[in-house]
Amino acid sequence: MKAVYFAWVRERVGKADEEIAPPDSVVTVGDLLAWLGQQGEEYEHAFGNAKVIRVAIDQTHVKHDTPISGAREIAFFPPMTGG
Amino acid sequence: MQKICIQREDFDPQAEADALTAGRTDVGAVVTFTGLCRDEGGVLAILELEHYPGMAEKELERIAQEARSRWPVQGVVLLHRFGKIAPGERIVMVAVSALHRSEAFCAAEFLMDFLKTNAPFWKRQHLGDGTSGGWVEAKSADDAAAERWTT
Repeated sequence: MKAVYFAWVRERVGKADEEIAPPDSVVTVGDLLAWLGQQGEEYEHAFGNAKVIRVAIDQTHVKHDTPISGAREIAFFPPMTGG
Repeated sequence: MQKICIQREDFDPQAEADALTAGRTDVGAVVTFTGLCRDEGGVLAILELEHYPGMAEKELERIAQEARSRWPVQGVVLLHRFGKIAPGERIVMVAVSALHRSEAFCAAEFLMDFLKTNAPFWKRQHLGDGTSGGWVEAKSADDAAAERWTT
């Protein structure tokens, strides 16, 4: 699946998007956040405080207990500050 | 009538509001809100707005649909800029037309509250001394403003 990052998540990871292939044990958004946090120092910096990260699957907001199966694009970003 | 647009360019609030009533004689109320870039006491040089292309449009559509399901509004305009915006410039506009003022006021406030908490935009500050002021943090007051519509 394609992971996309925005705002300080993007800056900390050091890229705007990438293909990711989490293991089968990663079932929910929360599992994926924990797994991403273990993918190196920059990921630990981005995802270390996972509870503040907002997630969208295929451009729709989801909660951390949502399953990720079938997701094509999964986005990670801080709380929004538009308006 | 519904117009949802995410754009780099400025917009004309009066022209957008006028489009809600053009050629119609059944509109009783138009409420408009325009959000501007503050200079934050003179320290802000530029506000940079990042967005999630594709999802930002979809989310504004969803928020507009939710407003329409709650109030009998006639027209909705939602405009949001991205890119670099200087103090004094416009950032966002919400306009709602309806038969009566009450639903127009309520829908406009609802749209703005949900836009702030749900539309994927992020602000970063650039300060007048050349340094980055960093990413703007979300305010709990904005969450509370959106939350009150759910109870």
